[in-house]
Amino acid sequence: MSGEIVVNAHPLDDLLRADRLPHIWCPGCGLGPIMACMANAMADSAIPIDKHVVVSGIGCTGRVAGYLKVDSFHTTHGRPIPFATGLKLAKPELQVTVFSGDGDLFAIGGNHLIHAARRNVDINVICVNNFNYGMTGGQAGPTTPMGARTSTTPYGNVDPSFNLPRLAATLGAVYVARWTSLHVRQLEKSIRRAIKKEGFTFIEVLSPCPVGFGKSNNLGEGLDEMELYRTNCVVYPEADLSQADIELKHDSTIIVGDFVDIERPVYGAGGGEE
Amino acid sequence: MLTRKPLDSATVKIPVGQVYVIPGRCKGCKFCIQFCPEQVLVESEGMNAKGYHYPVVAEDKAQACVNCRFCKLVCPDFAIYTEEI
Repeated sequence: MSGEIVVNAHPLDDLLRADRLPHIWCPGCGLGPIMACMANAMADSAIPIDKHVVVSGIGCTGRVAGYLKVDSFHTTHGRPIPFATGLKLAKPELQVTVFSGDGDLFAIGGNHLIHAARRNVDINVICVNNFNYGMTGGQAGPTTPMGARTSTTPYGNVDPSFNLPRLAATLGAVYVARWTSLHVRQLEKSIRRAIKKEGFTFIEVLSPCPVGFGKSNNLGEGLDEMELYRTNCVVYPEADLSQADIELKHDSTIIVGDFVDIERPVYGAGGGEE
Repeated sequence: MLTRKPLDSATVKIPVGQVYVIPGRCKGCKFCIQFCPEQVLVESEGMNAKGYHYPVVAEDKAQACVNCRFCKLVCPDFAIYTEEI
């Protein structure tokens, strides 16, 4: 054996719309590994692939619905969760996953998320957090850390940011985890657990956005931000989530892990008279 | 020289992996090169059609891949994978 073999196809191509590759995401973007984890977790689940549905909203992460070769829906901005709720209630046999970004789920679609979590609708939510609105030119969003420089906060962001796992846990999500696009094995395991879990599951995945966010915040290329995740992430599942804010600086830690795993009645399973 | 050895070290075989690359999809982010636990990969000397240096196996690491599949998972562009041989 000597060296690498050059080929034209990838084993995951069955689950991807390979004719659309290479995708539009920038070099150093962390969305690809997250999508690979999702594809692997779907392929390994006991549910047939034609029962999996992926719903996404608008933004770079919204493109996932276009690249995964399952029944996938690209909905209007902020509305993947109402769409997914409707899908799940109309066809309960489907395995519905919402795959969208922080701006789509927590800014424009914030209300939908809190009420779906309160009702405990049986959907999985994967929220890719890149700390800004990447596709539209790196504006500050609800997850932008305080002090961060973006195109709309050139002197530093003055707003405190959302702590997504804490918010989801407070709202009653039955499974809450946070990983980064470097923690691919843990993330794949988390997605598998979320697929098995009944109820509203929430996984936050931190992803480098070198062009929209990293460049203006001394985080360097995507590779440098991945290296920051490697050195600064602490796997601490028992963490007090109120301490799990992200500053995203070279001297601050990032708490990751499977934080919450509880049982609650699922929406539609009880409460009403037949 | 190891002073302590696992009891099953005679029966457990370390897997050997073969690296497959799709140069046309690579965007040169270097995630696979940086995070390969065995440091098997290096940047190619040549470029693909878009001008990126894709990963190739280092000259002295032809047998070093242990098929952990981390490069397959961490590649954002579905441009590299390994298989056990």
